[in-house]
Amino acid sequence: MEALISLLIGVLTAGGVYLCLRSHTFPVVLGLTLLSYAVNLFLFMMGRLVIGQPPIISADASGYADPIPQALVLTAIVISFAMTAFIIVLALKARTEMGNDHVDGKDVS
Amino acid sequence: MNHIAIAPLLLPLFTGICLLLLREQRIYVKRIIAGISNIALIVIAIELLLQVADGTILVYALSDWAAPYGITLVADRLAGWMVLTTSMLSIFALIYAMHGVDREGRHFHIMFQLQLFGLNGAFLTGDLFNLFVFFEVLLLASYSLLLHGGGRKRIRSGLHFVVINVVGSSLFLFAVGTLYGVLGTLNMADLAVKVAATPPENLVLVHSAGMLLFAVFALKAALLPFYLWLPSAYSQTSAPAAALFAIMTKVGAYSILRVYTLIFGDHAGPLANLLDGWLLPMALLTIAIGTFGLLGSKRLRQQVAYLVVISAGTLLTCFSLNSEAGIAAGLYYLPHTTFATAALFLLADLIVKRRGLMEDRLDAGYVITQQKFLGAIFFTLAILAAGLPPLSGFLGKFMLLQAALDHPAVVFIMTIVLLNGLLTVIGLARSGSLMFYEAHAVDKSTNTYNKQELPEPLNVRELLPIFALLGLCLAMTLWAGTLTKFTAETAAQLLDTKSYIEAVLGKGAP
Repeated sequence: MEALISLLIGVLTAGGVYLCLRSHTFPVVLGLTLLSYAVNLFLFMMGRLVIGQPPIISADASGYADPIPQALVLTAIVISFAMTAFIIVLALKARTEMGNDHVDGKDVS
Repeated sequence: MNHIAIAPLLLPLFTGICLLLLREQRIYVKRIIAGISNIALIVIAIELLLQVADGTILVYALSDWAAPYGITLVADRLAGWMVLTTSMLSIFALIYAMHGVDREGRHFHIMFQLQLFGLNGAFLTGDLFNLFVFFEVLLLASYSLLLHGGGRKRIRSGLHFVVINVVGSSLFLFAVGTLYGVLGTLNMADLAVKVAATPPENLVLVHSAGMLLFAVFALKAALLPFYLWLPSAYSQTSAPAAALFAIMTKVGAYSILRVYTLIFGDHAGPLANLLDGWLLPMALLTIAIGTFGLLGSKRLRQQVAYLVVISAGTLLTCFSLNSEAGIAAGLYYLPHTTFATAALFLLADLIVKRRGLMEDRLDAGYVITQQKFLGAIFFTLAILAAGLPPLSGFLGKFMLLQAALDHPAVVFIMTIVLLNGLLTVIGLARSGSLMFYEAHAVDKSTNTYNKQELPEPLNVRELLPIFALLGLCLAMTLWAGTLTKFTAETAAQLLDTKSYIEAVLGKGAP
């Protein structure tokens, strides 16, 4: 399970980095989204993989899942969601202002 | 609990929310509210600084959750110094903005206050994840301020700025996640204790997380090779935003100073002084590259943006000496360089408005209105920014060179810092003579260039900020004795990590 999750985070990051290096705004936005998925999963996994355990204190619990990464990842999700929304609007604005969607505003066909 | 530590955060936040509710109101209502709030912020910052000046470390546990479980705000001398610098700078950027820039969109004052909220939060927080959150707050506000007013070039450099900072934020989260996964805490004082006791099998992980954090902070501080976003972003944005952004690179420098003295400092066991061998070469190369950029600039605002790069390099050279004298020199240099570059950004805007189609291109144009007056201010500010005697820039650099004397790399530091001073003077003198000495007299019969409306006479809202920033630098020169004593005490407090840890975690802490 750990290996699978690590592989997943690795693939997401690699895809995100590749797309971020593209020359058009849309792939870059997608790349940033993939990166934020990867980092969210990564943060979540930092509490270790625990199945079926409560995150808060209860009398009959045999163990606990770490609640802090859950709180952290919630914050990170909200922030990355807001950032993605902002970048999409900015990319659209850049598309209309510069007449094409190249990140440098160059005319490439 | 002493609530003064959280006041510099709450005030701009509430003012921002108030302004959001009042966004349909007339502009002068918003101006009055923002102005009063900013003056109150200065008062609070001075009060905070007076309370921590004797060496007390104020710890504010949010919702009274004790560290390391809750989020803590920590106000020590360094935090107070940074908050005061920010509020002093922001009031003058705000006054300049009141001369028309804030009319270009309804949300300028809101974003300005939220930017202050993010900046003060970053300086006061004692928690690494919270630092990330405040970075995001100040970045999101800075994106809007950067793009404020719109325009093709501004959008393009804004897009680069946003994308590179979002990538930086992801790296920050990776680093924070790794640290939490290995050490199980994100409170900086607690991290300092835990890092020192890292088991050998986890050393590599903590080491890489520490270096990843450095990459993120270097990106914010515009250190080589991460400075490339800065010149175009800062030179394309509106003048008050650029002036306020002069403090933004200092947030990166502050974070480097805080994290790498407290968490990865002398006491960090096998990971002690993590940045030895990295920070100094990078900072010196940043100065070198910034100097070349300054010499090669074709526009004045670009040149000033490269001055920001140089100042980031100089500042981190001071911090990289990792000695009390070095850090003290850096902390004295920090407000000086912030005020000087901010004043130059504002002055560049005044010049741009008067040169018509020439904008700030470094070519001989026509004689502009109030040429002698603006020229005189330009040369004074150039002397200030280049660090020539007798002003505060010289004192800062002198303290740096003195602190570097017993450093093994003293030859490189001396050469680069002194050459940078010389070349900065040459670069700025060239711009000044092109714009002011070589300007042609206007031939009214033939040229179409000057047929546009003449700019209105200089307004007090334009001149006051520039003179006030200049005056602050002058005051820093006059009261240099008191201030250097204070920065030396601040540096001593920073290197004495035990008192910080005890203040946050209680006396029983290891």
